[in-house]
Amino acid sequence: MKYLDEYRDSSLAKSLVAELQKAVTKPLRIMEVCGSHTMAIFRNGIRSILPEGLELISGPGCPVCVTSAPHMDAFIAIADKPGIRVTIFGDLFRVPGSHGSLANASSRGAKIDIVYSSMDALEIAKNHPEDLVVFLGVGFETTTPGIAATILAAKTQNIKNFMVFSTQKVMPPPLIALLNDPELKINGLLCPGHVSSIIGAGAYQPLADKYHLACVVAGFETADLLKGLIFLARQIGRGEAKVENTYERVVSWGGNPRAMKMVDEIFEPSDMEWRGLGVIPGSGLKIREKYADFDAEVRLNITLPEAHEAKGCMCGNILKGINTPRECPLFNSRCTPTNPIGPCMVSSEGTCAAFHKYGLDM
Amino acid sequence: MCLAIPMRVTKVEGNPDDFTTNQIATVDADGISREIRLDVVDHWPAIGDYVIVHAGFAIHSLVEEEALKNLALLRELAENMPAELLS
Ligand code: SF4
Repeated sequence: MKYLDEYRDSSLAKSLVAELQKAVTKPLRIMEVCGSHTMAIFRNGIRSILPEGLELISGPGCPVCVTSAPHMDAFIAIADKPGIRVTIFGDLFRVPGSHGSLANASSRGAKIDIVYSSMDALEIAKNHPEDLVVFLGVGFETTTPGIAATILAAKTQNIKNFMVFSTQKVMPPPLIALLNDPELKINGLLCPGHVSSIIGAGAYQPLADKYHLACVVAGFETADLLKGLIFLARQIGRGEAKVENTYERVVSWGGNPRAMKMVDEIFEPSDMEWRGLGVIPGSGLKIREKYADFDAEVRLNITLPEAHEAKGCMCGNILKGINTPRECPLFNSRCTPTNPIGPCMVSSEGTCAAFHKYGLDM
Repeated sequence: MCLAIPMRVTKVEGNPDDFTTNQIATVDADGISREIRLDVVDHWPAIGDYVIVHAGFAIHSLVEEEALKNLALLRELAENMPAELLS
């Protein structure tokens, strides 16, 4: 697409870097919330061109990384049951639970299909009437509307062997939980691009009001990211705390009401456990009783097992922005992408995986 | 997960207000044509519009104009800088 190239235009990027340099007038700690931002920042080499005094830390925005150990164990236990076929987004396949991963379950005979979309999981259910097909819902506001639409489609088409195990999570509550943590000292938030396209830039207003935090929504191209950082640095420099949207081509103030309505039809808020952050009230979504036939937790009577986190894995603190992967004693020694100990090394959006991939491992 | 590349709509099926119809668009991304769902897109796209796709679902549709406006703002930001910083 022709105009996309211009967002990647290197002379434009150069000018934006210079502008950023000018905007940073005091030490800044900015958290990029979204795992896709973390990856885009590494991929575009933005960390290496940051002005001195600007520190970027990664937040809890990688959905696989924040999936709790009990949930991971429950996923594996479901996959091991006869007559069940589990469908997942690919990132989940190799995440370790207390004892092995879904990949291990698959090699001992569990039926696990990696899908690109939840609708593909529904197709699999149609093609395998002999199995109960469970879609493991792991994600944020960007995936929830599609999963809701899939459940609605299953109901409309009267497909009885399809259900969802929802660990879907919502974005503002964990940020509030983090901001209440005195260990975390940040001046600003680089707010997620696509989560915000659903919930709207306005969703961050309480963070600006209550915690006096500068919030800027940004896109994923080099120019988008730099623009977001410039706006943050300028805002903080002026001592302001407001919500600004620099990704107007995709994000509006009010979000996507069509998607939010679809989510509200199928899901209701629930308390949810996050890896590293514990249980956060109202931070999850469970399937409404009206759609209980599509709720794996109800139909399969799932109770979350006792689980233990891998010993020595610091994912929890990394998700909170308190430590970086380099501070983890296992990083790049016992824990590597081929032999991951924690989810932050497995997911393509995980901070440890990003540090490994882009050679920030010394 | 968040591939941000907008895809161009070449065909639209279904009725935006009726979820019993198959709400599907055919999109073109770098010459590859594929089907995506329109169940949760914010604005029903017309042929020639662009959509942002997430896990098989369009979540936002935009017209080229919006995208160009955004780019103009970026340029403005770059142009407001003193010349010595541009080299
Ligand atoms: S490097 Fe491995 S063990 Fe250490 S925090 Fe990251 S995922 Fe956990």
